[in-house]
Amino acid sequence: MPAAPLLSRSQMIRLRGLSKSYGPLKALDGLDLEVRRGELFAFLGPNGAGKSTTIRILNGITRLDTGEAFIGGVDIRRDPLKAKRLCGMVAQHTSLDGELSVAENLEIHGRLYGMSREDRRRSAREHLEYVEMADRAETLVKTLSGGLKRRLMIARALVHRPRLLFLDEPTVGLDPAIRRRIWSLVKSINRDGVTVFLTTHYIEEAEFLADTVAFVNRGRLLETGPPQDIMGRLGSWAVDTFEGGEMKTRFFRERGEAAECLRGLSESGSLRRVNLEDAFLSLTGRRVA
Amino acid sequence: MSAFLAIYLREMMILRRRLKRQLLSISVSPLLYLVTFGFALGGSVKVGDRGYLEFLLPGLISMASMTQAFAIAGEINTARFYFHAFEEFQAAPVSRLSFVLGETLAGLTRAFIAMAVVAILGFLFGVRIHCGPYLLLAAFLNAFAFAALAVAMAMLVKSHADQALLSNFIITPMAFLGGTFFPLDALPAWARTLLQALPLSHASKAIRADAFREAPELAPFIILAACAAAFFCLAMAAVSKARD
Repeated sequence: MPAAPLLSRSQMIRLRGLSKSYGPLKALDGLDLEVRRGELFAFLGPNGAGKSTTIRILNGITRLDTGEAFIGGVDIRRDPLKAKRLCGMVAQHTSLDGELSVAENLEIHGRLYGMSREDRRRSAREHLEYVEMADRAETLVKTLSGGLKRRLMIARALVHRPRLLFLDEPTVGLDPAIRRRIWSLVKSINRDGVTVFLTTHYIEEAEFLADTVAFVNRGRLLETGPPQDIMGRLGSWAVDTFEGGEMKTRFFRERGEAAECLRGLSESGSLRRVNLEDAFLSLTGRRVA
Repeated sequence: MSAFLAIYLREMMILRRRLKRQLLSISVSPLLYLVTFGFALGGSVKVGDRGYLEFLLPGLISMASMTQAFAIAGEINTARFYFHAFEEFQAAPVSRLSFVLGETLAGLTRAFIAMAVVAILGFLFGVRIHCGPYLLLAAFLNAFAFAALAVAMAMLVKSHADQALLSNFIITPMAFLGGTFFPLDALPAWARTLLQALPLSHASKAIRADAFREAPELAPFIILAACAAAFFCLAMAAVSKARD
């Protein structure tokens, strides 16, 4: 078994040379990635960068072309069912059974993962309380709002107590207040010891949540590390100006330097903190969102 | 194997939620056939020494088992294309065998409910037929074969619209040409040979034989069992193909 010597005990995910093509389109092009146990990991990139394809491969929904992928030391190609038992997934789009009630959705999920009757009922009750939906157990899913559906999907993904939770764009399409509530929930799940692998193209989401971020573009890993380290390479402060019909950004270590630059500009400009968008832009010339 | 039960129970939960509507929907076609072909037109028609209603009812049972077993494809595609619930199964530790078996048994259950509805309607129309083990076995094999075919087709199509097309090309011709409404023995040899290729022809023949307390032939059961096994294997392969 080549898996064991390749993996450190601290690694939850290890990808080597992961590739996937759809006809002539390369969705993943030799992606290498490592995620440590207990980490809240954000996978950032623009639409079509390969984020969802990576999650779909790791969850067994999409077949990989070449490369190797291990989850918790398990080779997903050799033992996909064992790897799947370690994972929970919240897909980008709602994937609930609209014609069933909240409790029935969780009941079916528990059965799919082979949980005993008592365990699945207790876990469903606990996780509905966790996402503050205990009073909705008998509600038909198709009558729930978008925010409640998203919370239910998170509860469902946790029912079988996975060690790794995939969240594919968990707050896309939700209003700011509900987005903040989901962020608190994700933080709390991670504090409880679950490794979280999050894809997003909301920069502030990654900055607020992640211990580690990875930039992906055109199916390849560009950069990975703690958000502060990645942003820190550019500086701490940024001055945006609009010159010659183009937006330009200058980076500074100290706020005073940035303020001085701003005062000396002939055009109008604005001062702000450096963010992950700047880091991504400096690497690719493309914006994340 | 608890995963197969989860797949099956999910379908049953959905069915239970809309059972009344489902029963009404299942009743419409056989009721219309019994009224138009049996009552209105068939009063003076005889097939052999039997009245047309008596001849028709086993055919309708056979047809109902096929159509309702195949209807599971629609349920799978609703889960797949509308609710995206199929991805939940793909991401869960569910083997292909568990998925195909669970959905096939759900189709089988729907088929037996439909057959019971047709039998009750027939009873209300005054038709009495024998319902022995050979009838049940033939109905089981027929429903199993078409439910497995439905799972395969549901995995291979790319949209709801494709599914409707398949029903038009597979189920509708089979329903009318598979020995439901007329005896195949009355057809020219070439047409009889052609229609023998349809699994429903064999199901109608076996079901009708038991309904009329005639000695069963072995061949229809072997052909139906072979179809059921082949369609089940096709469904297993189609589930793999559904991964992109």
